[in-house]
Amino acid sequence: MMRHPRLGMGLLACSALSQAQAAWDVNMRQGVTEVSRSVFDLHMTIFWICVVIGVLVFGAMFWSMFAHRRSRHPQPAHFHENTRVELLWTVVPLVILIAMAVPATRTLLHIYDPSDPDLDIQITGHQWKWHYKYLGEDVEFFSNLATDREAIGNRAPKGDHYLLEVDQPLVIPAGAKVRFLVGAADVIHSWWVPELAVKKDAIPGFINEAWTRAPEPGLYRGQCTELCGKDHGFMPIVVEVKAPADYAAWLAGKKAAAAESKAQAGKVWTLEELVAHGEQVYKTACAACHQPTGEGLPPVFPALKGSKIATGPKEGHIERVVNGKPGTAMAAFGKQLSEVDLAAVISYERNAFGNALGDMVTPQDILAFKQAAEAGQGMQPGQPQPQPQ
Amino acid sequence: MSAVIDHGHGDHPHGPAPGLMRWVLTTNHKDIGTLYLWFSFCAFLLGGSFAMVIRAELFQPGLQIVEPAFFNQMTTMHGLIMVFGAVMPAFVGLANWMIPLMIGAPDMALPRMNNFSFWLLPAAFGLLVSTLFMEGGGPNFGWTFYAPLSTTYAPQSVTFFIFAIHLMGISSIMGAINVIATVLNLRAPGMTLMKMPLFVWTWLITAFLLIAVMPVLAGVVTMMLMDIHFGTSFFSAAGGGDPVLFQHVFWFFGHPEVYIMILPAFGAVSAIIPTFSRKPLFGYTSMVYATGAIAFLSFIVWAHHMFVVGIPVAGELFFMYATMLIAVPTGVKVFNWVSTMWRGSLTFEAPMLFAVAFVILFTIGGFSGLMLAIAPADFQYHDTYFVVAHFHYVLVPGAIFGIFASAYYWLPKWTGHMYDERLAKLHFWLSFVGMNLAFFPMHFVGLAGMPRRIPDYNLMFADFNRVSSLGAFLFGATQLLFLYIVVKCIRGGEPAPAKPWDGAHGLEWSVPSPAPYHTFSTPPEVE
Ligand code: HEM
Ligand SMILES: [Cu+2]
Repeated sequence: MMRHPRLGMGLLACSALSQAQAAWDVNMRQGVTEVSRSVFDLHMTIFWICVVIGVLVFGAMFWSMFAHRRSRHPQPAHFHENTRVELLWTVVPLVILIAMAVPATRTLLHIYDPSDPDLDIQITGHQWKWHYKYLGEDVEFFSNLATDREAIGNRAPKGDHYLLEVDQPLVIPAGAKVRFLVGAADVIHSWWVPELAVKKDAIPGFINEAWTRAPEPGLYRGQCTELCGKDHGFMPIVVEVKAPADYAAWLAGKKAAAAESKAQAGKVWTLEELVAHGEQVYKTACAACHQPTGEGLPPVFPALKGSKIATGPKEGHIERVVNGKPGTAMAAFGKQLSEVDLAAVISYERNAFGNALGDMVTPQDILAFKQAAEAGQGMQPGQPQPQPQ
Repeated sequence: MSAVIDHGHGDHPHGPAPGLMRWVLTTNHKDIGTLYLWFSFCAFLLGGSFAMVIRAELFQPGLQIVEPAFFNQMTTMHGLIMVFGAVMPAFVGLANWMIPLMIGAPDMALPRMNNFSFWLLPAAFGLLVSTLFMEGGGPNFGWTFYAPLSTTYAPQSVTFFIFAIHLMGISSIMGAINVIATVLNLRAPGMTLMKMPLFVWTWLITAFLLIAVMPVLAGVVTMMLMDIHFGTSFFSAAGGGDPVLFQHVFWFFGHPEVYIMILPAFGAVSAIIPTFSRKPLFGYTSMVYATGAIAFLSFIVWAHHMFVVGIPVAGELFFMYATMLIAVPTGVKVFNWVSTMWRGSLTFEAPMLFAVAFVILFTIGGFSGLMLAIAPADFQYHDTYFVVAHFHYVLVPGAIFGIFASAYYWLPKWTGHMYDERLAKLHFWLSFVGMNLAFFPMHFVGLAGMPRRIPDYNLMFADFNRVSSLGAFLFGATQLLFLYIVVKCIRGGEPAPAKPWDGAHGLEWSVPSPAPYHTFSTPPEVE
């Protein structure tokens, strides 16, 4: 579980309170943006309209059930139409609806205006994680579920943010208009953060636009809301809004880390180091399908234990991990993981679950494979399916 | 037509054939109606047991009973079986039994086709359910089966799913043709269109909806089949196709489909409320027009299921306004039912209890529908449990209570016995409490942020989910009581007179109870 710096006291205290109360919460949260508040107002307006109509209609019904039951009202009346009344209850609801449509239209037009963003972030849904790319900044990363599988299996206690915690949150600056360009790499996902009132489908081959402007620093949680396969319930979203200065520092740190991990590729690794690191990578990137035991869930998610590819020649193994298998849930990890991670996880798979090949794949091997592929086919390695551009 | 009228020519026996073959070969509308109703009830129990698995898994946070992969098969099969196996066949069964009796026809217009359209169903559902036992499991992509999850990423059994949908579609289309042919051609002399009972009217309009949209459903699954096996790319972005196209085509079928599941219930309730209010239906003419208006509007609102897929703002506005408009004719119906009760002389036998609950709870579902229609608000509601609450409020106390009300209302006519009123009331109250406990809290967890179709959730949703599960178990178990009541009624009970309800009107009450195997061989007089 993660601990977060308590920023923007007022709001955060509020949201912490609502988190604690959420157990019996019955209403939509107001959220923290101007848009989310106007959505909330629409929600409450239409809700109260329904309540008033309901009280009138059900009131008449209950009165009738009480006063016009046979024991009290043995002689039924015989009327069966009244043009005036019927006209009235056609026209009055129509007028109410038109009155309701006006603010709804206004809010919708506002939401549909992503112009003049301060920052563009490309969001790509993958089975079952989110990828964030800061356009023009050379920063990109995956955001994976951070909840312990033991907790999901009821073998460890569940924290406050059970299933709503990630290894790396999306970080955005407070006060800035952030535009999201939402797409997907495999099936349809949907990116939703209730407190920001942003929900947009992530559809392969499409780029959808959405935007938000979060006024205060804070931490907001959401989930994927479009059924996207087995682990649809396990790909949360966490957005961390930082004060602009903190955001700038964070961005610089991210860039430095990226440069460092590139440098790491040149390091000389031992098999033990690679396998140990690979185990970590395996847990976040592979275990959801191939299972922690490497036994998979055949036939959809094949076993790696004793598999032809994972115990065959290195090239085949690298090829499958880097390029994936188009048309299946096996993604092309060449784009998703660093050379070190790829080398480590492949080495791990060749030396775990009873696969005891004893050989290792180094970051240099991966680099060589990628370069050969690039030279050979003149196409981007690890990209058999066109990504949404 | 002669094939119909000649049913009992000279040397033929007038009763049903003996033995099992009676049911296999029957062309009698009452037998076929009975088959449909029993089939529907079996599907209801099967789909219900899948719902019990879902609610058991969601009883508390964490994964305890099923794996996510199987959970998705359960939600998918629950939806498919309830929609196509329970609700739709139940209404076709009611139509078969009651439409000829209500319009004074000797049988359905196309009796052999009638037999065929029923017998396609066991084949279709046998195929569908068998996919659960196939390698890779059954359909796991939701009852809305969005591509590419249902094409490129689907389990292999999807081909069988597609074939099963085709069979169901053929069956529905034939059933609809039969209803239209019967209503338009076989009405007794004097039974003008504007004298028809509303159940006949709503079914006539439903039948047109079916003929319009079932081919669209067949089209969309055929496109899937082509994508999967014949190398096309209708829905595959990698091949230049369009996954959103799938949703447009699906919902062009899907939204009228939800009205297919409710209009016949409107009709039944419009017969039951006047009977137990002892007062004619208020606003018959406006009821007919409102049904027509709903049917028309149902074709131009489909994209309200797609508010967050990124359709252009003009489309968003159009579909928002059109959807809001549906509330007007729906409201007219509700107001008419309440006015029918107003200053009547009410009693509350089981059919009336279910009908009154129908009006109240369906209206609550209509309210949440109206909220969902507001596109910006739908950005928060969409694909959460709020939507699940909405459609269960319109479908369970809507369609299902409408079916229960109809069953109790006409059971005396079908069986010749009165059902056990005390047990039926118990059935009502347990169902009422169970379903509200199950579905009302779903509004709350949805608003609090719980997405639908997830096997596990954060602790903040735990309390309401537990309530939901308990309510669902109560509702589920109660339906076994319904089975007991029906079986008991078939086997005996107080003999029912031709017209067991003093306030009832209509031709079906002019024949004895149980209705003889052949009725209205000579057309009745309609004043
Ligand atoms: C006043 C009338 C109604 C309105 C305005 C309305 C509106 C809506 C809207 C806007 C949605 C989409 C919500 C979303 O996915 O975000 C929806 C979903 C749904 N509605 Fe209604 N509705 C109405 C009545 C009905 C009726 C009568 C039925 C069926 C008997 C029905 C069945 C459904 C179903 C099954 C869904 C969900 C489908 C799915 O995504 O699985 N609705 N409704
Ligand atoms: Cu709809």
